[in-house]
Parts: sequence; C-alpha cells; structure tokens
Amino acid sequence: MANTKEVRKQIASIKSTQKITSAMEMVAASKIKKTQNEMQLGRPYSEKIKEVISHIANSSSEYSHPFYEHRETKKACFLVVSSDKGLCGGLNINLFKQVISKSAELKAQGIESNFALIGLKAASFFKSVGGDVVANVQKLGDKPDPDALIGLTKTVLDLHRNGEIDQVYLCGNGFVNTMTQEPKVEQLIPLPAEETDELTTTHWDYIYEPEAQELLEGLMTRYIESLIYHAVIENSACEQAAKMLAMKNATENAGDLIKELELLYNNVRQAAITQELSEIVGGAAAV
Amino acid sequence: MSTIRVSIVSSSEEIYSGEGTMVFATGSLGEIGIAPGHTPLLTGLAPGPVRVQNGDDEKTFFCSGGFIEIQPDLVTFLSDRAERAESMDEAEAIKAQELAEKNMHDKESELDYTKAAAQLAEAAARIKTIQKLRKNK
Repeated sequence: MANTKEVRKQIASIKSTQKITSAMEMVAASKIKKTQNEMQLGRPYSEKIKEVISHIANSSSEYSHPFYEHRETKKACFLVVSSDKGLCGGLNINLFKQVISKSAELKAQGIESNFALIGLKAASFFKSVGGDVVANVQKLGDKPDPDALIGLTKTVLDLHRNGEIDQVYLCGNGFVNTMTQEPKVEQLIPLPAEETDELTTTHWDYIYEPEAQELLEGLMTRYIESLIYHAVIENSACEQAAKMLAMKNATENAGDLIKELELLYNNVRQAAITQELSEIVGGAAAV
Repeated sequence: MSTIRVSIVSSSEEIYSGEGTMVFATGSLGEIGIAPGHTPLLTGLAPGPVRVQNGDDEKTFFCSGGFIEIQPDLVTFLSDRAERAESMDEAEAIKAQELAEKNMHDKESELDYTKAAAQLAEAAARIKTIQKLRKNK
C-alpha cells in the first residue's frame, strides 16, 4: 500500500494543475466575449458586400468574372483555418479530419489537392501528414489583422488566375454557440450561384466607372478577403469556446481525482494508526 | 420627399445606416451626387468625405478607399475604413500628410511611390473633410 507522503505529494501536484486549468478557463471565458463582439462588428460589411455581389451576379453584366466560371477541375486548393494554440479539445483535429476526407473524395474523382494554411496547428498537422502546402500564415494572435491575410489570399487567387488550381475550398470552424462548434468545408471558388432575387426578372446592368473588369476584379478580391477574414474571426471565437469547455472539463476531472486521492490518503492514514495501535496492544499483552 | 436608403460600412464596423434625400461622395472618377432613383452604378470610392443629406439635416463621414454600389432605391458604401468626421483630429491628419510627403520625396525610403501617393491622397482628403465641416459650422 502507498504511503501517506506519496499520496500527499500527488494531491498537491494535481491541485496546482487544477489551478492552472481553472485560470485558463476564466481567461478563455473573457476572451469569448471579445471575439464574439468582433464577429458582430464585422458582420455588416460581410452582409453588405455579399448583397452587392449577389446584385452583380443577377445583373446581365458585360463582363463575367473568372470566379464564377465552372471549369474542368484538375486541382483544388483547401484554405484551412486553424488555431495557433492547442488545449482546445478536438476543435482542430475534427476540422482536419473533414478536410482530409474531402480531399480523399476529390482524389477519387481524379482531382489533386493542395493546401493554404492559417494557424500553427494546421501547419504542424499537414507537415506530419504530408501535403502540398502553397501558403502559410501563423501567429495571428487574439485580434487577427485583416492585412496579415492579404498575402495568403493573393497567393491563392493568383494560382487560380494562372489556372494552376480550379477550385478553392474554405475550411474552418463555424460558431454555433459556446457549447457547439461545427467544422465546415465550403466551396469558395467558383462562387456558388446565389438564390434568385427580385432583380433577376428584368434585364439590367450597371454603369461601370471606370472599367467593369477592373472594378469587379477589385470587388471580388475584397469579397474573398472578407470571407476569409470572417472565417478567421469565427474560428478564433470557436477556439476560445472550445478552450473554455476543455479547461472546464479538465478542472472537473482534477477535482474528481483529488477526491479519490483524498479518500485513499485517509484510508492509508487510518490503516497506519490501526496498525500502530494493534502493535501497542500486542506489546502490552506480551508484557 | 422621396428618399434613398444609405448604408456606409467599413470592414470593422457599421458606420451609418439610414435614409437620405441626397448623397454626395467622391468616386474614383470625380465627385458624384446621388439622388433617389439613380441609375444602377458601380464605381470605386476615393478617400474623402461622404455627405448624407436628409431634408435639412446633413451628416458627414470620412471614408477611405473602397467601392460604391448604387441601385435606384439604395446606395452602399463599402469602405476599407471609415470614421465619423467629427471624431477626426486635424493635427493628426496634417501630421500623416507630412509624413506621406516626406516619404514621397525621400528617395532613400523603401516605401514605394504608389503607397506614398495613396497615403498622401488619404491625408489630403481627411483634411478636406474637416475643413468642410468647419465651414458649415
């Protein structure tokens, strides 16, 4: 049977771990509010730009943008949004599983894939799994800067423009609520056709100032950028929520463990006392 | 009086959403006035003031570059960054302009010319907005 000193030591070490996990839980809980707030603030822009894009899609435009073009697909690119830090449960790994299964599905159709990665966790995962990584951004921090994503977006869009990739998928976690996050793999390019709108019935087009191509090129790029930025923000809210949950569970588990160990400690202590007593009694009887 | 729905949004927040009888802004090909029933137009948005008139009431906002979409009944400003004109500090703006000018003349500077020119245009537009506001007071 274990001795009391050993058990006491174990209890102390679990207690200090519990302190850390409960502190991390509280930090994550306060960060959720911030990231959720940021998600709210960015929403009007994404909604408006989406509205404009759907208007354009419904207009009988003189110029059709390559992002709408469905061409024969030989290669697809997965834009994977992950977190930089771990300790957030199965958040990242659930997403990667979906990406891998989607990529395998495409491979069965003869479509190769490569990856553009956001976040340290994705980088280390695809390094160990092996995959053609075309771009990578890391360490965006708690407050991702839209400018930090421009380089990655440009790399992917340029590859599409040059015909090296034909499809782009945006993969990230969707924030349902603090308890639930849902990994999503969505097609980014070609842009899925929007549901019809009252504007389609009539034949109309914009006046473009200056050139249609130049304007749409800029607008489309901004749209894609805003979608990616939104995915990053959403993923960061998911990360905090998942972290809070994981740390809450860890704290509870530590509590259970401590209870069990304390019981064991008391048993051991009592056994030692009983043994001592019986020794004394035995000794007295012998005399 | 007929009105047009105006929304001004930047990538980080919603700046303004409401009705207007007349809207003035700087498009990439010059100043434009937008009245209700305007023909559909898509144009670039140059850094500068956006004035929204609603009857006698007038509000001014500063927008940096972006896009303007106009439909007969609505106008949307997609600005990369926008701020309320009242909150701008003229001294700050002049400082930014000086810095941009310095960067432009400074041949040693690593900053490329186009970026400096854009910075200068933005700073100039900011000052223009503030001065316009002062005049109206």
